[in-house]
Amino acid sequence: MTPHNRFPATRRLILKGAGSLALAGLGVISFRPATAFAAANDKYPEDAFKQKDAREAIKLLYGRTAEPSDKVKLDAPEIAENGAVVPIAVTTTLTEVTSVSFLVPENPNVLAAYYRILPGTMPNVANRLKMAKTSNVIVLVEAGGKLYSATKEVKVTVGGCGG
Amino acid sequence: MASTIRVRAILNGEITEVQTLIQHPMDSGFIKGENGELTPAHFIRELTFEHDGRKVFVADWGTAVSKDPYVKFSFKGGNKGGDLKVSWIDNKGETDATIVKIQ
Repeated sequence: MTPHNRFPATRRLILKGAGSLALAGLGVISFRPATAFAAANDKYPEDAFKQKDAREAIKLLYGRTAEPSDKVKLDAPEIAENGAVVPIAVTTTLTEVTSVSFLVPENPNVLAAYYRILPGTMPNVANRLKMAKTSNVIVLVEAGGKLYSATKEVKVTVGGCGG
Repeated sequence: MASTIRVRAILNGEITEVQTLIQHPMDSGFIKGENGELTPAHFIRELTFEHDGRKVFVADWGTAVSKDPYVKFSFKGGNKGGDLKVSWIDNKGETDATIVKIQ
């Protein structure tokens, strides 16, 4: 593994995209989700997983923007010594949760994982993700047809987008 | 071949907590191997949990989920001795599945 130059030139675009990403303040002004969105059916959201820009991934996944919520608790380390294995979890007091997803805007592909929370399942999920470098981690919680988010920066000492 | 899936489902009150570890390379396709060439992406796309035939939790994964993935969730409605089926399929079409009893 070479520590540098692992990523193609699109990396610049990712940085640009992440810089202009402003989840806060966007509110819930958005159009209604159509059935075509991944969140509305149970197909693997292929296109959302290919996105280099968080807003695009969120749009493809949910067809709406997220509203930051203090009812969403994102548990992630301040500093991750090993970017290949970063433990990240979410808990929420929101009800009627139908999905949870994790995004790492500085990764080559921003969407890391999308979880379908079926009726009776608790909206609490823990997993381990790869982080190429220091980045915000965004968790999205879809509840009652609305989209909420929490964001936390994780400083990565040694990046690892492949383990 | 031994299962790639290690899963533990424990009922506590009305909530069943499920912890799962899977052996899988989860190659992102962005890393060069020892031969200097990019190792092609090889990752689990979908991981499904069913309790007594009913889906309770589905994970859709991309390439940023760590190697040998771990995931934890919990659900209501589980019963001691009930079946929990765990199955995955990756981007190459490889699959594995296992069934455990809720403890």
